[in-house]
Amino acid sequence: MAVKQSAVSADELLFAAPRKQAFITGSEAVAEAVKRANVEMAIAYPITPQSESMHLVGDLYAGGYLKDYYRGENEFAVMAAVHGASLGGGRVFTATSGPGTLRAMEMFPVWAGSRQPIVCAFMCRGVSLPPSIQPENIEMAMLLDTGMLMLHAENAQDFFDMILKGYAVAEQPEVHLPVGVFVDGFFVTHTRDLVMLPQEDLKLSAYDPACSPVPAFDMETPPVRIVRDPLLNKSNFISYAANASWHQEVLAAAERARKHLNRYLGGLLEVENREARVFIAASGTAVSQGREAIKALRSEGFEVGLIKIKSVRPFPTAELIAATEKAELLVVPEFNAGGWLAREIKAALDYNSRVLAGPRVFGGMTMPVELIVSEVKKAMQEKGLAKSI
Amino acid sequence: MSTRIVTPVMEFADLLPQDYRELVANGPFFARKGLKDLGTFKEIIDEHPHCAGCGVALGVRLVAASLPAPADTIIIGTPGCSFFGLAQTAVNYSNTAFGNQNAVASGLKRMLSLRYPDRHKDVVVLVGDGGIADIGLDMTLHSWFRREKIVTIMVDNEVYGNTGGQESGMTKEGQVLNMAPGGKKFPKIPVFEIAKVSGCAYAAKVTVASPRMIEKAVNRAVWVARQVGPSYVQIYTPCPTNLKFPPDQTVRMAAEAEKSYYAAEEFITDEAAKCLQQLTTES
Repeated sequence: MAVKQSAVSADELLFAAPRKQAFITGSEAVAEAVKRANVEMAIAYPITPQSESMHLVGDLYAGGYLKDYYRGENEFAVMAAVHGASLGGGRVFTATSGPGTLRAMEMFPVWAGSRQPIVCAFMCRGVSLPPSIQPENIEMAMLLDTGMLMLHAENAQDFFDMILKGYAVAEQPEVHLPVGVFVDGFFVTHTRDLVMLPQEDLKLSAYDPACSPVPAFDMETPPVRIVRDPLLNKSNFISYAANASWHQEVLAAAERARKHLNRYLGGLLEVENREARVFIAASGTAVSQGREAIKALRSEGFEVGLIKIKSVRPFPTAELIAATEKAELLVVPEFNAGGWLAREIKAALDYNSRVLAGPRVFGGMTMPVELIVSEVKKAMQEKGLAKSI
Repeated sequence: MSTRIVTPVMEFADLLPQDYRELVANGPFFARKGLKDLGTFKEIIDEHPHCAGCGVALGVRLVAASLPAPADTIIIGTPGCSFFGLAQTAVNYSNTAFGNQNAVASGLKRMLSLRYPDRHKDVVVLVGDGGIADIGLDMTLHSWFRREKIVTIMVDNEVYGNTGGQESGMTKEGQVLNMAPGGKKFPKIPVFEIAKVSGCAYAAKVTVASPRMIEKAVNRAVWVARQVGPSYVQIYTPCPTNLKFPPDQTVRMAAEAEKSYYAAEEFITDEAAKCLQQLTTES
């Protein structure tokens, strides 16, 4: 049975509450976050490598931590049902992976467009064809312009914190957008790591639908005809303008999320060794591999800095420009074939010939530290940087 | 929803649109209105941009005027002709992606049951045949299998009207339409029969030629969904534009269908019958 929990503010839970170390998997970190998130309802559909986390959320429901939980019929239906539950004015959670993300795709812009503070975990994996259940994060590229906020966790600690911080940011009245918390499947979900957890008798205070910029669908607000003429399928300037301004407001809400993300995440990105002229810039578990590569390079006498991108949407453009002012080379290792993060970085920076898009692995391949090291050294030699260090 | 929420303070009343003031003063929210009152009260749907003689517009209007508690009803829709009238309804109305209506309604109904455990919040799916029988059939059936306490109403015009007259699964066999240039090759999908074996506690098949039957079916469907489980109402709403008959013949077409292949039917489980009996006794 559930322990008796006290509801506290996000700041108290995330910043003030004392924490204890636990040795848990990434999937267990999800459950630990949901346990403290005061989620009213979760809906699940199985897919590897997400399944275990949603089993554990089901156990939380059985233990009395959630008020409702069920297995839906497919991911599109689950994301639609979560949308319905959120329209009803409560806090919800779900999670999926790779092909499930693509199956549900139509619902993500709906969540953002209807300004719903849904938090969804994505345990990224490959998508067909060729079929793969292995780690890969190409699905993130497909979600970049859905309007949702996108956080990329490096490890189980990030995963735990970003889910709770996701609710704190998503539910700000001036934000009210869905938050996707992404993690590289298996590498984080199926491995154990040390995670600092606040005590389990604390939970976030309840979601207040009155703080939403759009009313809950509960017939408890004046039932004015909010649309006098259907915007859909109308070919006139007013309907285009109304639609466009709604889009702009979704984008503006994501911009307004920046200050809250800065506060809760301690910045949209993190930089180590700011004085370096060569950087490894990455997100997710590629950051961890990048750290190891930097250690190896240092042992050979090369000073390389690290840029860890935590928020992909909104993207830390200004922070990246500032951090790379003196940089002559950025190497961007990724777990996908498309190289979406390198494209994002190239689009953000002047003189983007400084950006080496790669190395990239996919199809379930791991990212050997040696591969990053050799790519960095090769690029440094080509740019004449190796001699100067 | 209480009168307090919608009634404007005196000082601001004249600033609100006439439409709103009429809804408060003469709408169906606080005094029970039914089909017999049509023409005497401000309806939750009273304008629409449908084609002349549209059966769907008539079906949607009759359903809206039959709802037993519009002040606590939320309608879930889907893209298609049904959307045109419903987008302007004066109850909370959601229309998101094509075919997902019963999944959205499942989540919404459950959340409203958590937030308002002592009140009835009626969640009514009101969409066309393509949304229910084709693209959303899986989600329709699964909501019934799960015994979600929602009402599903199909306005069946036997065609994809909004996209320009294509064959749907509910089109009659042999009918020539766009995407069925040689005539439809298989019969109407038996959604009414499927409803009976898929968990619906109440199901009714009616046409717009019989408004009283629509009112009775909608009321029973809402009551059963509150107390027992899922309910389904299938209404034949002929489409003059795509089925190529004169727009003043819609009701006649429905009446002819009622005498042949669209005969009225009602299915009530024992549990639903007890619930309806109890309600009749109480009222």
